[in-house]
Amino acid sequence: MVLESSKWVMFIVCWLFKNVSCNSVAQKIYVELNNTVPCVRLLNATHQIGCQSSISGDTGVIHVLESEADLEWPLSKGPNPPYMVLLESSLFTKSIMMKMKNASSRVAGVVVVPKTSLPEFSPHTTCPNENTGVYTETYDHNLAHCNTTVWNPRGNGLSYEEFDFPVFSLKEDNETEIIKQCYFDHNRVVNGSGLQYPLCAMQLFSHMYAVTDTATCMRRSSIDFSSFPVKVCEPLGGYNVLAFIRPYNSTAFGHKENESVVIAAARLDSRAFFLEDSAGAEGSVSGFVTLLAAAQALREATQEAPPTRNILFAFFNGEVFDYIGSSRMVYDMKNNKFVIDLDNVHSILEIGQVAVRSGTNLFLHSDPVSRRNNTVHDEVTNLVKNLQSSTAGLNFSFVETGFSQPLPPSSFQRFLRARAIPGIVLADHQTAFNNRYYESFYDNAAHLNLTYPSNLSPEEQLEFVTDTAKSLTEVATAVARALFKQAGGNNSQVNNINADPKTVTQMLYGFLVRSNNSWFQAVMAPELKDVLQPNPPWYYVGVAKLSHQANALTYLVQYLLANLTGTATNLTQSQCKKPDELPNESTYMYSYFWVQGVVPPNSTQRESFCIRTAVRLAKAVSPAFVLGDYVSKEYSTWTESQWKFIKARIFLVASRDLEMLTLGVGVAVLFTSLLVTYFVSTKADVLFSVVREPNNAAY
Amino acid sequence: MTASVFFGCTFIAFGPAIALFLFTIARDPLRVIFLIAGAFFWLCSLLLSSLVWFITVQISNKESSSQQKGLLIFGVVLSVLLQETFRFGYYKLLKKANEGLLMLSAEETMPISIRQLAYVSGLGFGFMSGAFSMINILADSVGPGTIGIHGDSQHFFLSSAFMTMAIVLLHMFWGVVFFDSCEKQHWWSLAVVVISHLLVSCLTFQNPQYVGSLVPTYIIVFLVGLWAFFCAGGSLRNLKLCLTCKDKDFLLANHRPR
Repeated sequence: MVLESSKWVMFIVCWLFKNVSCNSVAQKIYVELNNTVPCVRLLNATHQIGCQSSISGDTGVIHVLESEADLEWPLSKGPNPPYMVLLESSLFTKSIMMKMKNASSRVAGVVVVPKTSLPEFSPHTTCPNENTGVYTETYDHNLAHCNTTVWNPRGNGLSYEEFDFPVFSLKEDNETEIIKQCYFDHNRVVNGSGLQYPLCAMQLFSHMYAVTDTATCMRRSSIDFSSFPVKVCEPLGGYNVLAFIRPYNSTAFGHKENESVVIAAARLDSRAFFLEDSAGAEGSVSGFVTLLAAAQALREATQEAPPTRNILFAFFNGEVFDYIGSSRMVYDMKNNKFVIDLDNVHSILEIGQVAVRSGTNLFLHSDPVSRRNNTVHDEVTNLVKNLQSSTAGLNFSFVETGFSQPLPPSSFQRFLRARAIPGIVLADHQTAFNNRYYESFYDNAAHLNLTYPSNLSPEEQLEFVTDTAKSLTEVATAVARALFKQAGGNNSQVNNINADPKTVTQMLYGFLVRSNNSWFQAVMAPELKDVLQPNPPWYYVGVAKLSHQANALTYLVQYLLANLTGTATNLTQSQCKKPDELPNESTYMYSYFWVQGVVPPNSTQRESFCIRTAVRLAKAVSPAFVLGDYVSKEYSTWTESQWKFIKARIFLVASRDLEMLTLGVGVAVLFTSLLVTYFVSTKADVLFSVVREPNNAAY
Repeated sequence: MTASVFFGCTFIAFGPAIALFLFTIARDPLRVIFLIAGAFFWLCSLLLSSLVWFITVQISNKESSSQQKGLLIFGVVLSVLLQETFRFGYYKLLKKANEGLLMLSAEETMPISIRQLAYVSGLGFGFMSGAFSMINILADSVGPGTIGIHGDSQHFFLSSAFMTMAIVLLHMFWGVVFFDSCEKQHWWSLAVVVISHLLVSCLTFQNPQYVGSLVPTYIIVFLVGLWAFFCAGGSLRNLKLCLTCKDKDFLLANHRPR
């Protein structure tokens, strides 16, 4: 009853803050941190990368790192290990992280607060996807392992290191302020005197179930002892977004006679050290936005006068993790599980990173080894000619790179692994990447100089055509014209093919600033509108889901491509769900989506309609998981570990002395009371003399 | 904080209770039963008082903190009065039960005297009250953190444990005094018990000035303990005899059939 009064005060405080289920004492001790992004564990055939915490969380005294020299305090001088090191993003470098990794008994975890950016930072490897591209020892010894050109020289490989302490990233907001306040109140060393307990500490939980490598964790996942098998890890994967200009019957797999297809490819996904923070502006968005704009530009011309060859717009997902999407497509083509096969592929044009130009040139990369074959060489030369002639009237030009240089990391390499197909990869870099932030979370809208005047509202920003958008529009125009020529289209139509800068700038805004804008809302289906957020979408490919659910990025690209290349129909909503009942519609050839449409100026109801499009999603899960070969050197074997919960909290810790004192006092009290009680109970007859009553018992 | 704080606080809070249970109650099943029944009676009183408090809080103005504070004081006073009422109810029940037990049993003498019942029921009240005060806090003391990040005092766990120990002892002493005064129809000493209970409960409003609530509470524990000692038949002479180990002679001299 007595202590309930203090407990009740806390209950009232809780209720005043409308907290329904509160444990009042826990609320006085812990402050939960909600906006955290953890570093998780990924595994492949040979390694595990990422971070791991212990199963009951890792606790450490908070230390805010001020410079690299300050690392001495947590690593050697500090008297209260283990420490939880709090860094600003400018200190998140490889040397500091490796020093902490080597002293991991004194480091309980690392927390990164994104603030200022470094001038260059790429946590990816220097030679991305070096073992799953086409340049192996057997293909060409000199070109393997980036011997000729190191594509990502700034890469420090931090994303591929393994840490045995948790690493979290906090967004810069109120929670970070609370942590800094707690640190300044309790943990600051005052002029040489030791730190006074209680100290401010943080506990991070990010226990990962999977260990060692993919084969181990897949074996453990498949042991099925109970009716609810626990998955220890899940393969990475998603969906590729594909659209033919002239669609084929989607159930007729295998070779198509007399069909020749030009594939226009781009990459969708991206990553960062903290997977959920992946931005990929220059890395992937520049490429696929250009391809989307080119697809739109080609719509009119190909519908009026369809060219002789078909064009396939392919957006591959999972390319960062050893070419998951493109390797799956090549596998499907080789095994007659796709509507065309490799014999039908005429040539490939891939759009790589195209937004950060260092001049007025864009570079055409080709594969020197396959060009030793004369047929291939002639076709590539023809493609180069088509590309170079397409820049007439535009403010840039295409330049071929040197003959002895291999292809940069691109999905085209997986096609070359299967067959020598002529192809070109467009990029803004001649040798090494111009991208200073390749696969890092700094590769965002600011990196592409997407600046909007400050007085614009979000909707006005959506419409504002930035310089980046203008330059990408030109690239898209050139690509569309080249594709049209490459597909054998009528040359007289070429100059009518123009990409729309408004579309490009709206796409750049939606993919890099805010996906919940009016245009994206108009393009999406009503049941998918929750996919749109006030932030950019995630570019991490994520875990392949069992059901037919894709991630937000895939849906956005799918519906955008549908909008830009499809035709609006007059079907009603119920007809749109079952179009086969109508005479002229067929779900074998087309997909039918019911989209929200725009809101007309004078009303509040959206004008939804049914769009008929040739866009399809194709499963992008590595063939290694289809074949069950988890140690494959041929295909991607990346999996993501599962976990139970991930959370972080801060609190004060008391000194060891106080704890031991409490225990000591407790034991002393128990001992004393045992002694006294024994004494009193044995002498009870004497101590408590009873007034004699005949009927009462004595002790 | 950690396991050491958990065990330390458990031993502090429940040390005397465990010792008393082990040495005086555990051997006799009848005493165990009455202990548990006493605990149950306390639980019923808590249920009733919390029901009333819950309803009054729901219909009150949740925003006004002065009203909430007033409601808290009202709740505390109501709970103390209900606990003492239930103690009285238990006393009446035990009197009736004792007569019934006597009629049923073959022996001529009562298996358990009213004085023992007083002690056992007081201890039962103390056990349950201590459990409700302390278990929630002990559960949170196992984690790595200690109270203080919002500026509260660090010594919450320790002072809660000491307060709980005081409460357990107090309930035991109040039980003895209460039953004794009911037997002898000393209504004024009954009133003193109730008033001292109210006093101790209201002293906790001093928290977080733990010194201000703990020190007076322990003074009251000592005083009520002395009173209970004298009510239970103790006297200074007995104590002196015990401590100077002359008790054996005393027993032989006053030997009576058991």
